[in-house]
Amino acid sequence: MTSLTVLATGPLATVQDLGRRGWAHVGVGSSGAADVPAHRLANRLVGNPPDAATIEITLGGFACRCSAATLVAVTGAPCTISVDRGLPLAVGQAAALGAGTTLRLGTPPTGLRSYLAVRGGVDAIAVLGSRSTDTLSGIGPPPLRAGDLLMVGPEPGTPVPTDLAPPAPPLDVVRVWPGPRLDWFEPTAASTLVTSAWTLGADSDRVGARLAGTVLTRARREELPSEGLVAGAIQVPPDGRPVVMLADHPVTGGYPVIAVVDPDDLWSVAQARPGDVLRFKWRRGLHAAAPQSR
Amino acid sequence: MSPDGSAVRTIPYGPRAALIDLGDGSDPAALAAALRARLGEGVTIVPAARTVLVDGLDAELVAAHVDQLGAAPRMAASAGGETITIAVDYDGPDLAWTAARCGMSVEEVVAAHTAPTYVCAFCGFAPGFAYLSGLDPRLVVPRREAPRTSVPSGSVAIAAEHTAIYPRSTPGGWRLIGRSDAVMWDLERGSRPALVEPGDRVRFVAR
Repeated sequence: MTSLTVLATGPLATVQDLGRRGWAHVGVGSSGAADVPAHRLANRLVGNPPDAATIEITLGGFACRCSAATLVAVTGAPCTISVDRGLPLAVGQAAALGAGTTLRLGTPPTGLRSYLAVRGGVDAIAVLGSRSTDTLSGIGPPPLRAGDLLMVGPEPGTPVPTDLAPPAPPLDVVRVWPGPRLDWFEPTAASTLVTSAWTLGADSDRVGARLAGTVLTRARREELPSEGLVAGAIQVPPDGRPVVMLADHPVTGGYPVIAVVDPDDLWSVAQARPGDVLRFKWRRGLHAAAPQSR
Repeated sequence: MSPDGSAVRTIPYGPRAALIDLGDGSDPAALAAALRARLGEGVTIVPAARTVLVDGLDAELVAAHVDQLGAAPRMAASAGGETITIAVDYDGPDLAWTAARCGMSVEEVVAAHTAPTYVCAFCGFAPGFAYLSGLDPRLVVPRREAPRTSVPSGSVAIAAEHTAIYPRSTPGGWRLIGRSDAVMWDLERGSRPALVEPGDRVRFVAR
């Protein structure tokens, strides 16, 4: 059976798949890859099903050695990819590695998270139906460390694709929808959200992208009873600094949600690095009425 | 309409989710169970204090389902579930503060906290974190302005209208009135890793 020996991890490397579903009722969040399109693309490039586990690598620095001949691909943040035998690899392209080859990722000049897929998938132990590392609850495999041995799943028996997918540049502006508690904010907050330049804080992580910019002022000051959250929800705590919920967000929260990042644009927030500037625009008119139940 | 006459609102939550705001007096757990039976496993349903989140279906479809279900599931009380008794050492760092804030003695606070049979209204915040409803109204206190960076595992806490036990050491903003050995979350327990699930009943006893 093929295995990968982890030689270096960079700042953070975790096993991720498409997440954990069906356990929200006992407080277990969905977790999973922070940049879902990049994870899916990496799997597609090596002929894996989309829910095969990949390695999510934050700010590069990951290195491993494969025990047997294998097919790999790296997507997301554009690291340099060097091998000890052969020419450097390109992000967004599958490459065949011979047995014993060492693969080494550099630090990407832009972007935050890269995804390494290996044909057959990373065969970590699934917990509650997923191999994802949830950094908030600790459920799933622990973050990777040098010396770890990762098993690779069996040959999937699918055709080997010959795709080439150059990395997508980050979005200039991220689309947002009105949040369920937009009416908890001063009327000016809605325009502040889309006119401000938001800087990603260094305290951002897989739980949330913490933004600094103009303070968003609440109109209602009472406590909001805890309610369900979705990935992409933009929560505003009492300090007025918005947080965009990412893959490891908690199931419920008690801060009002002013807006929601469009699910198709959330990958771009997950690729922002500390110091990057984000801008938002409304996806849909503010005057569209919420559907009313009788 | 919910029993107090307020409209039940289905609010869009992005393009593929909706938040059903029940206002006061309706039972989110009952509506969540009814929706789960209709919508199956592909949709994530999260009941909470006053709301039900439906993630995976657009708001117009969710509103149509809520309308079709009508008033009955919103008014039905949750039935079934287990009763769990939890022993507590009432010696938390916020016990004296809570007593002073509520105008009661520490003994009265303990008596008021151990008297009811609580119901788990929903779980959230962390795996195994059960929001228990039925707290004596005299014990309703606000969360801390700034959460503690680390709350001991097993801490028994109150905030707003709920009481809960922290399943592991995490940051926490609730008022800590005691400690218990109850293991709120254990993956070794197989199909029931959470000690208390929505609909279960809980009693506290002082030791």
